[in-house]
Amino acid sequence: MKALSLQNLEKTYANGHQALKGISLDVEEGDFFALLGPNGAGKSTTLGIVCSLVRKTAGKAHIFGIDIDKDFARAKQMMGVVPQEFNFSVFEKVEDIVLTSAGYQGMTEKEARPRTERLLRDLGLWDKRDQQARMLSGGMKRRLMIARALVHNPKLLILDEPTAGVDIELRRSMWTFMQEINRQGTTIILTTHYLEEAESLCRNIAIIDQGEIIKNTSMKGLLSELNSETFLLDLQGELQEAPELPGFNCRLLDATTLEVEVRKGQNISQVFSALKGQNQEVISLRNKANRLEELFVSLVEKTAASEFKADANPAAKVDRV
Amino acid sequence: MRVRLYWVAFSTIVTKEVRRFTRIWVQTLLPPAITMALYFVIFGNLIGSRIGEMDGYNYMQFIMPGLIMMSVITNSYTNVVSSFFSSKFQRSIEEILVSPVPSWVILSGYVLGGVTRGLMVGFMVTLLALFFTEVTVHNIFVTMTVVVLTAILFAIGGFINALFARKFDDIAIVPTFVLTPLTYLGGVFYSIHLLPEFWQGLSLLNPILYMVNTFRYGILGISDINHWAALGAICLFIAVFFSLALWLLERGRGIRQ
Repeated sequence: MKALSLQNLEKTYANGHQALKGISLDVEEGDFFALLGPNGAGKSTTLGIVCSLVRKTAGKAHIFGIDIDKDFARAKQMMGVVPQEFNFSVFEKVEDIVLTSAGYQGMTEKEARPRTERLLRDLGLWDKRDQQARMLSGGMKRRLMIARALVHNPKLLILDEPTAGVDIELRRSMWTFMQEINRQGTTIILTTHYLEEAESLCRNIAIIDQGEIIKNTSMKGLLSELNSETFLLDLQGELQEAPELPGFNCRLLDATTLEVEVRKGQNISQVFSALKGQNQEVISLRNKANRLEELFVSLVEKTAASEFKADANPAAKVDRV
Repeated sequence: MRVRLYWVAFSTIVTKEVRRFTRIWVQTLLPPAITMALYFVIFGNLIGSRIGEMDGYNYMQFIMPGLIMMSVITNSYTNVVSSFFSSKFQRSIEEILVSPVPSWVILSGYVLGGVTRGLMVGFMVTLLALFFTEVTVHNIFVTMTVVVLTAILFAIGGFINALFARKFDDIAIVPTFVLTPLTYLGGVFYSIHLLPEFWQGLSLLNPILYMVNTFRYGILGISDINHWAALGAICLFIAVFFSLALWLLERGRGIRQ
């Protein structure tokens, strides 16, 4: 069963900006799916259409097989949404915000109270339940929106940058929480600018750029496309210049830090051996950038470059029109 | 199943609305009570004693129905316009939009919230009036019907204003430049028979005149207009405004992109 299915979805705003140019996408039930893209790529427009905040111009959307044009109300009952911006009344009490949201989903206060308590406890907000939401920290407000989205036990959870502005410790605890609810069967669609987050949580991924899906594959499959990885090596001794490492591109960043590019098929142990041969010990090793980040940047740059080329070529321009 | 969902969602919206205006009662319930007490003291008691009788009633008795109606109109309208616009401004309206609640339930919930505040303030002003004059009811059916219908009509008006509003200034324009002048010129403080013929005719174009006079008929048994025709017209306006508000909400005017 597909949790979400989009076919040829298009959106043109009133000012003429075409935010989505006919995207198609499937998310399987139970998946933890990443929808990534640079700012203004069309991620929020896509999710906005799915949760009815944005009206589509053309195309079809199904949520668990339900056509949103035919029975959006039933489709919405299966969804929980955590938006990018805080969107609750800051003067309401924490518990009231969650209970009110449950009411909009048809749950009476009596029915919603036990689940509200459990969610607020799980998300570390139970002690704050009687406080007005404006008194909460940024991280707590994010967790409140997650509790609110989950109160009616949705089958599909949409998280639009849920950890933006959250410190690393809290972010990791939120990851654990999200993984747990995904394990319990909730399908999750995540957009994020923290690519490390997407890499460690999601099994499948779509990258959207300029209103088009430029990649839609499994996370494993995408990462295997990476042709090279750049490592930073911390050395024990000091160097005056970059050492000779046959077959590898390397650069000395400072006296004790060496940047080495390892291409597909190469083995990093060859670097260690070569350095050992030059009486250099490696103390530690780390990736220069997140692997997904490297791929993401190269994919998005590729699209931008082809757009630029097409713009520069009049024939291509006619073809595109 | 759907009926239950709609009922729970509707009562949730109404509860939230009532909780909102009772939480900030110093801003919502107290000011109209103080303002109306001042009207009773200054216009009813001090100036009214020099004016004498109007249509067979002393001035305090004459203005009392109009002042109650003025509070109902202002508070029904203000509650919905400020609450719904704040929801838009804080984006908390998205909570409802992403839920399965249909537009007519959203509209009805906000309208009942506004009506509740309008009637609460109207009741408070009636209690205040008891300190200054004797309150009798000539026709309870007309009295209750017109006050409830008027509250509904202006609550819907507030909703439409909130849908169009883009900034806080926009929610103050209609109450300041339309509602207040129409209310003051709507026969709250005088009978239109006191006006020259031209101004009497012009006054008949003011919809608030019909509401105030119908309510006055319900309380005192006197009116400048036909109260049955007025009740019919209010019902018609409610139907038109409700349909318009629903259509705008369905189209996502000001709330969906």
